[in-house]
Amino acid sequence: MDKKKITIAVTGLNAVDNPGPGIPVIRALRESDYFDARIIGFSYESLEPGIYMHDLIDKTYQIPYPSAGTESLIQRLEYINDIEHINVLIPNFDAELYSFMKLEDTMKDMGIHMFLPTMEQFEERHKVNLSAYGEKYGISVPYARTIFSTNEIYGLTADFTYPVVVKGKYYDAGIAYNPEQVVTYFNKISSKWGLPIIIQQFIHGSEYNVVALGDGKGNTIGAVPMRKQFITDKGKAWAGIAIDEHELLQMTYDLIKKTKWRGGMELELMKTKKNEFYLMEINPRIPAWVYLAVGAGQNLPEALVKLAIGDKVKPYTEFKVGKMFIRYSWDMIIDIEEFEHITTYGEL
Amino acid sequence: MKIKKNIALSDSGFIFNPSSGESFSMNPIGLEIIKMLKEGKEKDDIKKVILDKYQTDDATFERDFYDFANNLNHYLLTEIDG
Repeated sequence: MDKKKITIAVTGLNAVDNPGPGIPVIRALRESDYFDARIIGFSYESLEPGIYMHDLIDKTYQIPYPSAGTESLIQRLEYINDIEHINVLIPNFDAELYSFMKLEDTMKDMGIHMFLPTMEQFEERHKVNLSAYGEKYGISVPYARTIFSTNEIYGLTADFTYPVVVKGKYYDAGIAYNPEQVVTYFNKISSKWGLPIIIQQFIHGSEYNVVALGDGKGNTIGAVPMRKQFITDKGKAWAGIAIDEHELLQMTYDLIKKTKWRGGMELELMKTKKNEFYLMEINPRIPAWVYLAVGAGQNLPEALVKLAIGDKVKPYTEFKVGKMFIRYSWDMIIDIEEFEHITTYGEL
Repeated sequence: MKIKKNIALSDSGFIFNPSSGESFSMNPIGLEIIKMLKEGKEKDDIKKVILDKYQTDDATFERDFYDFANNLNHYLLTEIDG
């Protein structure tokens, strides 16, 4: 059978020490038996490694930061789409999702399909709302509060036992063992990501994650749980293993069923010594370790593209337990002309 | 004491818990004992095999088996934790 020709744009080409999911998503699409994909990379910075990976990406275009507003984004997308005729876009950054969700209908009119969570799903699972979310869907979450000023920090001892986790609205977190350390993290994180800051009770335990894909009707198209085996100083998994954890899978199926989740998602959980799972975060997108799911037998990016264009998708019911991923770094040698080209013309 | 059904034992002494993703290395005697536990043998049956096969005594076996069982519980490899 001939593969279906398709043009797919992907963001998150920053395969760095805190990697974006773009490159693993592209690898998954390249390995598809269903699609013959032309891959268009969307980058924000000239040094995102994916820009220079010509065996994976056919052409890269720089796009404006979300802070530039949706008007300049749509102008840029119109220019790119006139050349490339994109069928599907997979956004991979939390910070850009809001813009793309707002533009979903406009982009559909341009012929660009996405498969994103609804605005309600996106807002509801937000770090700031996680306590209410856990209560609504019957999932244990650590006690948390949002604060807007350092004046509130010294009053935290009434509700928290140190250590606590100090988290930014979108990214960044630190473990603080006393109020002075909370102040330090508050200032550092709020200067970068804004307010509010989330204070969350620290949970001791092992970190587990699940990558999953919901069809928007309550069905789970695929889900693979993973235990982090090696964690970087930024808290990112540098090695992990696919595990057979029934409780985690059931929790994922239930959550997708109740929320009718649409699109990719990552559940971040902590397992205590008493074997209790606490939900720490839901990321409303495919995570950077998604290639483990592909290696374990579930090509979730391929399934997401099928959902986006309305093709039939058969849910995955199994995966290979014990498959592992180990990340590594790799120095590419590139010519200055390539860097010059992306920097000057915004495309390569 | 029962070893969880899903625990995978390899002849090399590599033990894999598919629920937690944790893996362990056992020495040959540890592997021999955990295999007997997985077959459903009770402590007294295992003691008989070990005392017949190796130069050790009842008190040493009891002490070492107790330590070993504690480790298996600690790493959540047994049906009843703790």
